[in-house]
Amino acid sequence: METLAMHISNGIINGPVAAVFAVIALAAMAYCVRRGRQDLDDRLAPMAGLVAAFIFAVQMLNFPIFTAGVSGHLLGGALAAMLVGPWVGALCVAVVLVVQALVFGDGGVAMLGLNITNMAVIGLGVAYLLIALLLRVLPRTPAGLAITAFVSALVSVVVAAMGFVLQYQLGGTTDLGENLAGLAGTMAVSHLFIGIGEGLITATTVVTVAKVRPDLVYALRALKPAAPATVPTVGGVR
Amino acid sequence: MKKWGFIVGGLLVALLLAGVVSNFASSHPDGLDSSLREGCTFDADDEITGGSCPAQQEREHEIGGPLADYGIAGLDNEFLSTGLSGVLGVLLTFAVAGGAFWLVRRRDPAAENAAGADRADPATTSRG
Repeated sequence: METLAMHISNGIINGPVAAVFAVIALAAMAYCVRRGRQDLDDRLAPMAGLVAAFIFAVQMLNFPIFTAGVSGHLLGGALAAMLVGPWVGALCVAVVLVVQALVFGDGGVAMLGLNITNMAVIGLGVAYLLIALLLRVLPRTPAGLAITAFVSALVSVVVAAMGFVLQYQLGGTTDLGENLAGLAGTMAVSHLFIGIGEGLITATTVVTVAKVRPDLVYALRALKPAAPATVPTVGGVR
Repeated sequence: MKKWGFIVGGLLVALLLAGVVSNFASSHPDGLDSSLREGCTFDADDEITGGSCPAQQEREHEIGGPLADYGIAGLDNEFLSTGLSGVLGVLLTFAVAGGAFWLVRRRDPAAENAAGADRADPATTSRG
């Protein structure tokens, strides 16, 4: 059962590159605190705590993907972006990664900056750009919401995986030479399948929350439809 | 009250997932791990037996700790060990994230630019 290490472990990326990404991650998170404060009111704060706890829980649920004994698990970027917005969402994912590194021995503490950059910064950034785009062009229906969640989750997972490949190119501790393309390939293919799982989980969760408490879905509040006169808003309590 | 109903309900779902369903999770290495293991061979105990792969460079975790690898150190029942560590993780994550977000939240919508201003009495603004 040596299986539940799911983030970058110590020794995989060299110290200097890990340190550079620690600085990048810290700066990004500081910026997210500044921007996120504007979103964080009495309603969003407990919801954001719940989103972080939920991501922690679902990350434990490795699901099998295609063949050859490979599994995948939620990263949570698109889910967080949908429910609590990009800034607070990035902080949610970062808190999960910090708890996992400090308390659960998952992901080296020295590697935290790399993991936060991939999953909280890149993952959230890509997801939210797609959410903002798709929610404006797709109809305001449960199906439109589900497609938005699915696509943004899938793409953000693959791009986050490529973030790791870039980091490995900069500071990987094994000289892969020509094989770096091979690493990029296996990462891309496995995370394409993981992204499908991520998309299904994200869409199911977001549609469920939207059904029960539409006012708690940040993306529905913040991103008004392009033609508000013709389409009834689903969320907007504020 | 409705707000807290949703939060409590959501937490219960998370606790159920981390506390029970986690035991049915796939035990295969994840996408990242398996990519890094490409090129090496492994024995039944998951030790590297040959070949060359990035995972060989892996070093010990700095801290480890009693909950390392999502289990409770010393608890032999694997079901309980995984489940309890998951429950503790959910509660801890909720406390840390929820607490931090509650502390930095915006108190008065009109004064949102006054970031870092004094944070007097949280009690009076406790419900939205």
